[in-house]
Amino acid sequence: MATQGSYYVPEQSKLPLFASLGMFLTVFGAAGWINGSESGMTVFFAGALVLASVMWTWFSTVIKENLAGLNNDQLKRSYVWGMGWFIFSEVMFFAAFFGALFYLRQFAVPWLAGEGHSAMTNELLWKGFENEWPLLTTPEQVREGEAAARFIGAHEPMGWAGLPLINTIILLTSSFTVHFAHTALKNANRKMFNIWLGATVALGIAFLILQVEEYVHAYEELGLTLNAGVYGTTFFMLTGFHGAHVTLGTFMLLVMWLRGLKGHFKHDDAFGFEAASWYWHFVDVVWVGLFIFVYILGS
Amino acid sequence: MAHGPAKGISRWLFTTNHKDIGTMYMWFSFAMFLLGGAFAMVIRAELFQPGMQLVEPEFFNQMTTMHGLVMVFGAIMPAFVGLANWMIPLMIGAPDMALPRMNNWSFWILPFAFLMLASTFFMEGGAPNFGWTFYAPLSTTYAPPSVTFFIFAVHIMGASSIMGSINIIATVLNMRAPGMTLMKMPLFVWTWLITAFLLVAVMPVLAGAVTMMLMDIHFGTSFFDAAGGGDPVLFQHVFWFFGHPEVYIIILPGFGVVSQVIPAFSRKPLFGYSSMVYATASIAFLSFIVWAHHMFTVGMPLAGELYFMYATMLIAVPTGVKVFNWITTMWRGSMTFETPMLFAIAFVILFTMGGFTGLMLGIAPSDIQYHDSYFVVAHFHYTMVAGAIFSLTAGIYYWLPKWTGKMYNETLGKTQFWIAFIGFNLTFFPQHFVGLAGMQRRVPDYALQFADFNMLSSIGAFMFGMSQLMLLFNVINTILAGKRAEKDKVWDGAEGLEWTVPSPAPYHTFSTPPQVK
Amino acid sequence: MLRRAKPLFHKLLGSAILMGMLGHQAVADEVERWQVNMTPGVTPVSQEIYGLHMLIFWICVAISVIVFGALAYTIYAHRRSKNREPSTFHEHLGLEIFWTAIPFLILVVMAIPATRSLIHMYDTDTEVDLDVVVTGYQWKWQYEYLGKEVSFFSNLHEDSNAARQLGSGVDVNTIPNYLLEVDRPLVVPVKQKIRFLVTANDVIHAWWVPALGIKRDAIPGFVRESWAYIEEPGIYRGVCAELCGRDHGFMPIVVQAVEQAEFNEWIAQEQAAAAELRELAAQTFTFEDLYERGEGVYNRSCAACHGAQGQGVPGAFPAIAGSAVATGPLEAHLDVVLNGVPGTAMQAFGAQLSPVDIAAVVTFQRNAFGNNMGDQVQPVDVVQQQNQ
Ligand code: HEA
Ligand code: HEA
Ligand code: HEC
Ligand code: CUA
Ligand SMILES: [Cu+2]
Repeated sequence: MATQGSYYVPEQSKLPLFASLGMFLTVFGAAGWINGSESGMTVFFAGALVLASVMWTWFSTVIKENLAGLNNDQLKRSYVWGMGWFIFSEVMFFAAFFGALFYLRQFAVPWLAGEGHSAMTNELLWKGFENEWPLLTTPEQVREGEAAARFIGAHEPMGWAGLPLINTIILLTSSFTVHFAHTALKNANRKMFNIWLGATVALGIAFLILQVEEYVHAYEELGLTLNAGVYGTTFFMLTGFHGAHVTLGTFMLLVMWLRGLKGHFKHDDAFGFEAASWYWHFVDVVWVGLFIFVYILGS
Repeated sequence: MAHGPAKGISRWLFTTNHKDIGTMYMWFSFAMFLLGGAFAMVIRAELFQPGMQLVEPEFFNQMTTMHGLVMVFGAIMPAFVGLANWMIPLMIGAPDMALPRMNNWSFWILPFAFLMLASTFFMEGGAPNFGWTFYAPLSTTYAPPSVTFFIFAVHIMGASSIMGSINIIATVLNMRAPGMTLMKMPLFVWTWLITAFLLVAVMPVLAGAVTMMLMDIHFGTSFFDAAGGGDPVLFQHVFWFFGHPEVYIIILPGFGVVSQVIPAFSRKPLFGYSSMVYATASIAFLSFIVWAHHMFTVGMPLAGELYFMYATMLIAVPTGVKVFNWITTMWRGSMTFETPMLFAIAFVILFTMGGFTGLMLGIAPSDIQYHDSYFVVAHFHYTMVAGAIFSLTAGIYYWLPKWTGKMYNETLGKTQFWIAFIGFNLTFFPQHFVGLAGMQRRVPDYALQFADFNMLSSIGAFMFGMSQLMLLFNVINTILAGKRAEKDKVWDGAEGLEWTVPSPAPYHTFSTPPQVK
Repeated sequence: MLRRAKPLFHKLLGSAILMGMLGHQAVADEVERWQVNMTPGVTPVSQEIYGLHMLIFWICVAISVIVFGALAYTIYAHRRSKNREPSTFHEHLGLEIFWTAIPFLILVVMAIPATRSLIHMYDTDTEVDLDVVVTGYQWKWQYEYLGKEVSFFSNLHEDSNAARQLGSGVDVNTIPNYLLEVDRPLVVPVKQKIRFLVTANDVIHAWWVPALGIKRDAIPGFVRESWAYIEEPGIYRGVCAELCGRDHGFMPIVVQAVEQAEFNEWIAQEQAAAAELRELAAQTFTFEDLYERGEGVYNRSCAACHGAQGQGVPGAFPAIAGSAVATGPLEAHLDVVLNGVPGTAMQAFGAQLSPVDIAAVVTFQRNAFGNNMGDQVQPVDVVQQQNQ
């Protein structure tokens, strides 16, 4: 804890208040929009615009401060801790959904099918419903018939061998490329840094395109939808949130790439890039979990 | 950097100063406490007598729900974050919080989140009415449309908590003055470090729970609907995985405050410092693996029921260590009983009683009878009001002279204590009885045999409410007209870096780090 | 709730508190009002729970005496005026180990009987004599005697229901068993192992009868089990214990336990009545009969949501007065009532009400509250639409 004397405590800032306002408008608008209010969409986009421009300014400010040499090592450590715990919180967010998948698959569906201590559940309420995973015939479908049911299972589960496998390879590769970029930066090899990082961004985009492709396939050919009972529910929520995180991660890397082109980062001072790369590794690890639990064990 | 506060309103709106932000957190939470308290007053007024006198059942449910939500998320949590903001940098010798701008962001989200939550009262179908635990499907398929706003309010509240906690962790781990090793940190800092960890771990899970609700309500998923292979009980598992650690999030910083106050007024070092640290960590660890004790009546398999019962009972061990250490700290001390000490001692007694009822609730077979009765309501007000609110009050009186440089009115403080103490017990002790006798929670009306105790309870509640107004008066009076605190170290038995700076604490402290031996 | 044996503890604690708080001795029938403890109940399970509860309670009291005793002593003996020089000790490993180990051992002692009781409570499989399916609805209970063709709903008694309305002007103290009385109690035999199969139709409810030692959450889509062996005849009251919406406080439970012979007789009567009802469905009714019967059904089953005057609750429950459905095509109206509106609080009443009642209530809705449609529905129409 050496040079504490120069820990940079910023002056007053208008950013937090406006960020909060933007956040508020965004979610208030979103809620209204979802509930069918007419102004909801407008408020949502206005809020998102405010939030986005505040974030832009905020990050620019932080970058400028760093370039101006205001940040000492201790402050940089604060950023490192901050990013680390933020990623931990993201891990816990995914844990909730993985937990739900585990519970539904191991407990809820078997109970509905009369297993364990729940013979009467099946006998009285869902006669004829059977335990299977992926769940292709929902309890409601068995009881009410296809026509009356709200939740209609998929015709076929999503296999793991096609697009998902390709996507796994893409993401795993991108973890390596981003690591090579880091090594290149540490060796002060800016050219290789730009190339490897650019490659990572490209791989991220490729992943997202294939993911969209996969969703179209799910909806149009497999009948696998959000309404397809808990299989569809868990499939789309887990892969969907992962996809959202890949989008964010790709965007972060893209920004870092552009910054790299502008000559930001030094071999010993590249927190922004490093944070984005940790995030990218995290997204990758989540995908491996998904690939195992949603795709391989789920088809 | 040697500048003072900015002038006017902009000081507060745009500040990055941990003391300003701490102050704003405290005032905000007090306002929320009054709001949540006002809802409680409506509840107690309706329950004053059997029969429906004041509000429709629908509105009563909204009161119960919003009372719980506002108290937990609006009053207690921000109040402790406020204390953390004020005290942690002072206690570890840091110039400010690690990430000052984000600190202000964490705060400013809150007023907006609660504005959003409160706005639901004016929406068609009314405010959330499904209890602060919002069990599906009452909160999904059967919820009023305002539930969507509730969900997003919880999201941004969670974002605020997560950012606030990350800030605290980064501060504690990275900003300590030279020589301030982890095992030299004041216990309040330790408890907050662990609390912040709990928050970062479980707020995202709450966000996950409300996200699943949102999807079930609007986008056709079936997490909580058996028709699609889901299970309403899944909601409860996810919720309580957050919810149980949450109750320790509420109490651990209170443990911290009490661990500062008791040694100060006993004029004796805290007994068993390291075991206090380990006990706090054990409580935090255990809190992750006991969640389903809130669900003993849902019909889990026997093995699950047994496991959660045993794990729950274990929490009594580290908590007991804390209680015993506090009492041993007082042992052969040289005690005086100023207001903070009175609240701290009352905390030890009443929290322990709440802990005992908690232990009883943890015994699964008996919980079949206690569950969702007023016995549970009594339990958690003993832990949360006599626990969190009393320890907060102790902390406020203890540090108020440091914050303002002025002394509060001791007579008024002691009077407030006794009114609060009596009012509190009058409110919540009889609730054990009606609960055991069969009165269920969350009802606007009750059978005649519960009438007498409920009337006592309501009288006590009004009394307790008055005592809170006395606290408010005392604080304002101190700020406006208090006598100057004579010494920087206001309490002669107090220890810690915060007492080495002048009173009131200057706007910027420890710009050069102190050397801790 | 209804308690026969009053253990000594009750009387002692009850009157101690009374004297302490109000300074006068309890009158005999007031003690019931000032009940301070759990009921021991009338089943082996409930009595085990009671015993366990008291065991833990006394252990906690004993610990309190020691802990608070020490606290009181130190507050008295070590205050500044008595003890100017504080000691400085602040560590003692032996003590820490001691007070970690002792509570742990106490917990083990508690866990043993608790485990035993829990295993007993979970024994819902062996030697079941009677199965009763309990289904929670917003805000009433349905009881179905499995394999006996008897099934009915149990609502809050109308006296309580009238008195509990906001501003009803009725003094609730004059209502017998205010909020704890139903129109039709659940009748069960004593000295039989009865298994309760608990579920729900809409939201989560909880079926709680303290004297039977049962509280089971009623979870929509799942059937959860619980059992009772009632030792003495009597009336045992309970409530819904899980927040289930607006009238959560107004869905009581009454269990009437009777001798086996009496139970057999009652079941036979119910079966005959059910058969009669089925026959009624084939008959044709006059408009007046339908309207009058429909009014009764409406008040019992529909008014809770749609309002006594058909006014509904804006934003939550639509009005019947002037409703497009109730003044529109008959089939559509009947369809809403028979099949409900999935995903809303509007339940499928086809499974709850007899064809006669459905016909009656639909006729009523189409002609009451100024709807004046002038048409009517016969039970046969209902059966016909149901069979489609
Ligand atoms: C600050 C908040 C707080 C705290 C600290 C606690 C502490 C504990 N709680 Fe509580 N609890 C709540 C807040 C809290 N609770 C809330 C809000 C609810 C209801 C939520 C809702 O449904 O709305 C609830 C509900 C609740 C339930 C569910 C009841 C039900 O709905 O059926 C249970 C069940 O096990 C429980 C148990 C415990 C236990 C075992 C502890 C333990 O931590 C207590 C440990 C302490 C002691 C035991 C005392 C000191 C120890 C000694 C002196 C040592 C010697 C003692 C022995 C060996 C016995 N709590
Ligand atoms: C930390 C949290 C916290 C705190 C501090 C409190 C404080 C109080 N609570 Fe709390 N309560 C909860 C958390 C808390 N509660 C939760 C989580 C629930 C469960 C909700 C659910 O079931 O979903 C609950 C439920 C609950 C119930 C059960 C409701 C039901 O089941 O229907 C009751 C009933 O008596 C009650 C009463 C009170 C009272 C009288 C206070 C008092 O301590 C409040 C005192 C404060 C004031 C009164 C404010 C100050 C004064 C004024 C505003 C001026 C006006 C004063 C007068 C008119 C006298 N609470
Ligand atoms: C628990 C609440 C509840 C009860 C009890 C209830 N309803 Fe409903 N009812 C609803 C709700 C909610 C709707 C609106 C459904 C929708 O969103 O379309 C509704 C809609 C209706 C409609 C259509 C009205 C319109 O204009 O859309 C009719 C007719 C109706 N109910 C008849 C009945 C009858 C007959 C009964 C009693 C036998 C009854 N309801 C009992 C909640 C209830
Ligand atoms: Cu049904 Cu509460
Ligand atoms: Cu808990």
